[in-house]
Amino acid sequence: MISAQTSLRSKILLSVVGWLVVFIFFFPVLWMWMEALKTETQAASSPPTIFFMPTLASFQEVLSGDFPPFFINSAIASIGSTILVLVLGLPAAYALAIRPIKRTQDALFFFISTRFLPFAASLVPLYLLARDLQLLDNIFALTLIYTTINLPLGVWLLRSFLLEIPNDLFEAARVDGAAFRHEILRIVVPLIAPGIAATSLICLIFSWNEFFYAVNFTSSVAATTPIFLVGFISGRGLFYAKLAAAATVSSLPVLLAGWIAQKQLIRGLTMGAVK
Amino acid sequence: MKTGSSILRSVVGRGGARDSAASISGRDAWARRLPLLAAFIYVFLMTQIPFVLTIYYSFFNWNLLKPGSFKFSGLDNYARLITDESIRTAVWNTVVLTVSVIAISVILGTAVAMILNSDVFGKGLMRTLMIAPFLIMPTAGALIWKHTLLNPLYGLIPYLLKPIGLGRVDWVGQAPMVTVVTVEVWRWTPFMMLIILAGLQSQNPEVLEAAKVDGANALQAFRRITLPLVRPFIELGALLGSLFVVQTYDSIYMLTYGGPGEDTTNIPFLLYLVAFQGYSIGQASAIGVVAVIITIIVATFALRTLFSIFQVEARR
Repeated sequence: MISAQTSLRSKILLSVVGWLVVFIFFFPVLWMWMEALKTETQAASSPPTIFFMPTLASFQEVLSGDFPPFFINSAIASIGSTILVLVLGLPAAYALAIRPIKRTQDALFFFISTRFLPFAASLVPLYLLARDLQLLDNIFALTLIYTTINLPLGVWLLRSFLLEIPNDLFEAARVDGAAFRHEILRIVVPLIAPGIAATSLICLIFSWNEFFYAVNFTSSVAATTPIFLVGFISGRGLFYAKLAAAATVSSLPVLLAGWIAQKQLIRGLTMGAVK
Repeated sequence: MKTGSSILRSVVGRGGARDSAASISGRDAWARRLPLLAAFIYVFLMTQIPFVLTIYYSFFNWNLLKPGSFKFSGLDNYARLITDESIRTAVWNTVVLTVSVIAISVILGTAVAMILNSDVFGKGLMRTLMIAPFLIMPTAGALIWKHTLLNPLYGLIPYLLKPIGLGRVDWVGQAPMVTVVTVEVWRWTPFMMLIILAGLQSQNPEVLEAAKVDGANALQAFRRITLPLVRPFIELGALLGSLFVVQTYDSIYMLTYGGPGEDTTNIPFLLYLVAFQGYSIGQASAIGVVAVIITIIVATFALRTLFSIFQVEARR
């Protein structure tokens, strides 16, 4: 009886501490949403406004202004590079998992070393090449760069999922020929669907939020969402509500995708090491 | 006893049995490599060839704003790096930023993960809200901090800190590194928390119960049982995290633009300044080569730790 009471008390205490910490970390996000729903005068008031009548005016202003093309460019670069990663990465992961080659480990480490090579290593030549080919400020050039960034992670991640499929399945397909291979596709594709989902999520997060190449390789035509936000660095006059609305909309796709696919998130971020 | 290496079971070490499959004829070996080829060639073209060119350019004096300035200059660019104070400042700032962000976010991440792993109300919702900072676009997050939270006139934090005499502090201007570290810790703590929480959840709760029955206090149980178990997860988080944090660029661009002076200019930001503000292609390339060398040194240490874990795994 006494022990049950103390354990309930410690549960309440721990919950309070936990919620306090979580609230502090989540607060900037909450504050961003609140600012986005204020009028500009409320957003730039001293002391800060806590209670107010929410308005969607800032969202309307952002979405009806010059923001949508940036958003569309981000979507093209993110979705395009994700598809390319899957197209190039799946066969590679298959080769490294199901039909391993002699130097599987070397190949894996080659891929991952390129992911963590500082962008300083290849930045200047890529920039000069893009300039000479008239590919600066071109969304497809940016898509190709994002594919380079995400492909190594994609190969590792897809391989880790392929390893979970029993080898016998593939052996059987090889022996029994094409008709059976068709059957296998029906079994294997659903099995690696979570792997494809996790890979797509990670590719989406990294390419949607990418800033370095976006700001240096694009200017107006191909500029992505983060570049739209650059305009707010030292804005004059009242712009906080509009900034918060733009930041909210910019962050929404990745925030939602990450929340929906929380389980895939850890596995993706650790290249398949942690499930 | 469970070894920490098991967390990495799905990565390199596995597939060993398949490797030793029957001897492979020449033609079959090619059929096996073929699916790998497209990805391999793509990555090679986009990373290795440019890197060789970077090394090549680093021996030239070349400014894009001065046509015809492409001239072989030997090791001049490297000599300038050694004498130039801004590269030393940038290296120092990179170290300070990376070490403090990783250290603080590992500690906070462990604490939050332990709370989320214990019996508390609303665990699922707590975790969901907690990972939000990592998912918010870094450029957006940095601007929200700079303008709506830290602005000395209208920001919420100076307002809240007024009672303790920090009411009109211009955090971005007066404590730029503290600001950048704070924003990055806010972003990376959820990342560490996720990985460490996965480690804690792989723990058998009965072992902890048994330790408590045997009279171990909470601190002893943490040090003797929990910590050894999550250590590999902490190492993994710190390794991956530092490889990302070393490249921090977004939040510096948005918060401080490397300033005031060079107070928050790290290596990526210096590279940006030299390459895209100064258009000194040769000099930027030399910085690139040095950055790669530093990364290789750091990563070799880190990867050796990881690799030993992989090796253990392969033997099991």
